[in-house]
Amino acid sequence: MAENEKIIEIEVLRYRPEQDKEPVLQTYKVPFTDDMSVLQGLQYIKDYLDGTVSFRWSCRMAICGSCGMMIDGKPKLSCKTFLRDYYPGGLRVEALAHLPIERDLVVDATDFVTKLESIKPYIIPKEPRALEQGEYLQTPQQRDMYEQFSSCINCMLCYAACPQYGLNPKFTGPGILALMHRYNADSRDGGQAERNELGYADEGYWGCTAVGYCSEVCPKGVDPANAINQNKMNSAINYFTRFVTPGGAGK
Amino acid sequence: MSNRRPYVRSMDGWWKRDPYFIRYMAREVTAVFVALYAIVLLFGLVRLGQGEAAFNGWLQYLKTPWMLVFHLIVLAVFCYHTWSWFNIMPKTMPIIFMGGKRLQPGTITGTGLAASVVACLAVLFIVRGMS
Repeated sequence: MAENEKIIEIEVLRYRPEQDKEPVLQTYKVPFTDDMSVLQGLQYIKDYLDGTVSFRWSCRMAICGSCGMMIDGKPKLSCKTFLRDYYPGGLRVEALAHLPIERDLVVDATDFVTKLESIKPYIIPKEPRALEQGEYLQTPQQRDMYEQFSSCINCMLCYAACPQYGLNPKFTGPGILALMHRYNADSRDGGQAERNELGYADEGYWGCTAVGYCSEVCPKGVDPANAINQNKMNSAINYFTRFVTPGGAGK
Repeated sequence: MSNRRPYVRSMDGWWKRDPYFIRYMAREVTAVFVALYAIVLLFGLVRLGQGEAAFNGWLQYLKTPWMLVFHLIVLAVFCYHTWSWFNIMPKTMPIIFMGGKRLQPGTITGTGLAASVVACLAVLFIVRGMS
């Protein structure tokens, strides 16, 4: 071990369903260097101090979206957050807020994945094209209309930042609604009518009260609050015009 | 048999958990003050309908110390209301391109704030011109 190695205290919110009635905090003293992420701190705990600590991780470079957790109360990717920024005070890591804790820092993502499937997160071609007709063309500006919303890595930090989702888990939530907008806003897509039934529902865009914290915590600059709120106008227009447009009332 | 027992945490006191949520709640609460002040103005309108004496009585009432304190509080709250709502306004708007470049959130917020300052000054000048 290097001479200039420092020790930091990491508090981990433990929850072992077979023995804990409710989550409890456990503190570990972790030697660290300035280039170590919070994820590496947890890996040190698992390798050298306590092999029973559970957490998810994969890529270590902020693209897989697996290692999201509450770090000192803020939703963050633990691979993108550094221990040095919490020294000498120490830090507390907890499972992502608003999601059920499966074990320790692992949350139950079933609700998120079910909702993700429900919004048809793929391009539904506006017009069928045969292979020999070539690719669907798009101008750079048409691409700009959805590009930032396509950067989502499904890390669920925005769900941990959204009190409306915490209060009412039926709310579709920021990340999924942003993805819905990503496909709806794509000039090649023609699936708006199918998706909007979910978007215009009470649990859709209107479940959002523009807190805006989702956009603040997003590690990829997706801005879900913008994706959601720019759809409220269309939804309102749809609501008032469905009675006068043929076939609209059934929607 | 499954040993799963997912633990759902309580949302009690959620808004005190993060300064961001406190600012959000403060923004929402300002709407109550806007409604309160609308009632004060509506009351003035009713008094106006009841004649000059009644309206002057209402004006005199607004000059009592408690109402002056109320106005100062409301002014501060309205300033926060204006700032916080224009601050979130870029989130409510579709992506806008001007001259091939995307309109930045700061420009939208700044334009909104500038418009509210201009509107306030215009009202002040109109009222000054009348009295």
